[in-house]
Amino acid sequence: MKIAITASGKDMNANVDPRFGRAAGFVIYDTELKTSEYVANTQNVNAVQGAGIQSARLISGTGAKVLITGHCGPKAFTALNAAGIKIFTGANGSVREAVMKFATGNLAEAGGADVKGHWA
Amino acid sequence: MNEDLIVAVASGKGGTGKTTVAVNMAAALSRAQFSVRLVDCDVEEPNAHIFLKTVMTSRESAVVPVPVVDEEKCDGCGKCGDVCRFSAIIALGTKAITFPALCHGCGGCVMACPKKAITESSREIGAIEKGVSQGIEFIQGYLKIGEAMSPPLIRAVKKQAVGDGVTIIDAPPGTSCPVIQAIRGSDYVILVTEPTPFGLHDLDLAVETVRQIGIPFGVVVNRAGIGDARTHDYCAVQDIPIIGEIRDDRRIAEAYSRGELVIDALPQLGKEFLGIFGRAASGARKREDDPQ
Repeated sequence: MKIAITASGKDMNANVDPRFGRAAGFVIYDTELKTSEYVANTQNVNAVQGAGIQSARLISGTGAKVLITGHCGPKAFTALNAAGIKIFTGANGSVREAVMKFATGNLAEAGGADVKGHWA
Repeated sequence: MNEDLIVAVASGKGGTGKTTVAVNMAAALSRAQFSVRLVDCDVEEPNAHIFLKTVMTSRESAVVPVPVVDEEKCDGCGKCGDVCRFSAIIALGTKAITFPALCHGCGGCVMACPKKAITESSREIGAIEKGVSQGIEFIQGYLKIGEAMSPPLIRAVKKQAVGDGVTIIDAPPGTSCPVIQAIRGSDYVILVTEPTPFGLHDLDLAVETVRQIGIPFGVVVNRAGIGDARTHDYCAVQDIPIIGEIRDDRRIAEAYSRGELVIDALPQLGKEFLGIFGRAASGARKREDDPQ
């Protein structure tokens, strides 16, 4: 299974980026192969609107089925749900630590958005 | 002087005196027997009516079309999301989902859908109000509170502004889509600024915007006497005409704070506003050049 983690750098040692839609990028970790790759989120960092929706599209395209991040807004939540991606919020520290917490059941699955949208 | 003229009053920075120039110019023209229409396109906070004491005579709701997906027909191909640059519709799983608050109502998704699964319904974003005061035909847009998208409303408001005479558009501040929507189609743009570093910084952005749209423009320096000489220097270097200056005067601020016209508080300024209009009219784009 592939896991997408919002990251401020390119590898497992980078810090978790607390934002989802405007995260610097995503580390995509493969739990079977134990490998990671990096997907930059350049286009969405400065998007006028819909950053969360487009970021959901981006990670959906990587085949990830789980997202680990700090916070997730309502439109991103809806889009991720539609894409069948499970969302785990409240992550911090390094990407490696966040994956460990997830693997050991120490991150809770989000039942809804935990922050308000930027638009009405 | 060409009477059939559309003059937009804009600024980069907010609070420089756009509305002051727009309403006083309109009132001065009306008193000089011009046929005048004032269109308040600052739909997030329309306030020109306060100074003109406009009595509204009609109100109609303004709507934008939004997509509705027929889930029976949608196969989740995602072509709708590919054409939508505003992320208002996207298919990530089996069916397309919509975000009506982000939709600009272009109808692109309807055309892109190979299964004809998308139809349009409408969503209210605000209202268009009309009225009359001091012989001025008045039209304003009023964006619903919490609504984020004003350009479709501004477009709808401008559609109501038809007929002969002078049309003065009070544009929103800034340099983004709402401003472009408001000033597009005008024959001349008056950029109101104040001679301060902030005013100049944002004037420069506004100049860049208006130049790209290709409408002739000039600058009105409001609160002249404060700040420094850099705004005048800038206009000289950039070859931009300064078509009016309104001196910094406490009595103008006091009249504004009471919701009164400057030309009522200081009648001697009436000819200043007529002069601004006259210089705008002589610098305006010539309509007969238009390929109709």
